[in-house]
Amino acid sequence: MPHQKKNVQATKPRLFVKAKITGYRRSKVKQYPQWTLLKLEGVNSKEETDFYLGKKVAFIYNATKRKEGNRTKVVWGKIARPHGNSGAVRARFQRNLPPKTFGATARVMLYPSRV
Amino acid sequence: MSQRVRNPFIAKGVRRFGRSKAYSRSGKWAVKTKGPLDAAPAEETTVDKTFQGGVRKVPKQKQSRYYAAEDVSTPLYSRKKNTNPQKVRESLVPGAILILLSGKFRGKRVVLLKVLDSGLLLISGPYAVNGVPLRRVNAAYVIGTSTVLDLENVNIPDHLNDEYFKRPASANSAEFGEEADAGKNTISQERKDDQKAVDSGLLQVITPPVKAYLNARFSLSKRDYPHQMKF
Repeated sequence: MPHQKKNVQATKPRLFVKAKITGYRRSKVKQYPQWTLLKLEGVNSKEETDFYLGKKVAFIYNATKRKEGNRTKVVWGKIARPHGNSGAVRARFQRNLPPKTFGATARVMLYPSRV
Repeated sequence: MSQRVRNPFIAKGVRRFGRSKAYSRSGKWAVKTKGPLDAAPAEETTVDKTFQGGVRKVPKQKQSRYYAAEDVSTPLYSRKKNTNPQKVRESLVPGAILILLSGKFRGKRVVLLKVLDSGLLLISGPYAVNGVPLRRVNAAYVIGTSTVLDLENVNIPDHLNDEYFKRPASANSAEFGEEADAGKNTISQERKDDQKAVDSGLLQVITPPVKAYLNARFSLSKRDYPHQMKF
């Protein structure tokens, strides 16, 4: 029997937009770890960021210890405002993200929805 | 929000127009004095009373001799006593097909039945179509699509309100030593009956293409960008 491709989209739908964590808001010599900058996929101008303002962001990572059978941990945040003219965005997390996360992917959820 | 300020500041403490200019610009001189809109006759608050010396006007209701010695505290603001019902987005109209964004049924497309008093949305899969039962859902976790079904002939019973769906308080407050409920959710027959009743009405309105739509789950694919989508 040929290998049947499971319809992953039906069982595990992707309901978030991927975003790269690019760094902190900063000037040349001073940085503000309160604000992390995110580069959302497919968002390339300030006008396009309007949809995502206020949306919740999740940075998901694995810990070494299992708690309740699960190693996955989340840091939640929100997209607060656009950053610059090219679609980057400033987000604020419950705990500031560590610099280790720069270059990693965060999930921008589609809620709270305004559509 | 770009309203023109009628008399802006041009420097700290200095307004553009002086007193008389500002008055003529405000237009207040043009408003004719009007009487009260509801011409209710003024109630008689005084009564004639004859004293030894003559007749005097005396207030009809005497002021009370008592007033509280200490301040009477006003009750603190309580979020539970919400007198203003929450307004819900324009797209969330009864009959609209919604996409659930979070929770157990994330990605599922469901039918919005009505907006409850608490501001939550009452939805149904229908259950027979995609397994989503009669449920409450928060409007923030939902995308309203432009597909709207005509629910004119569908009867949604009035007893399906917030009280009906509220979780029983005793579920979590099991006493120490007593066996807490195994967590097994037995669905009451009442729920099943209500589900059938509502769904039978809905299924009559749901055509095969709509049924296929409700069956399909929403998911973002590689080049799908929600800000470019028209829902």
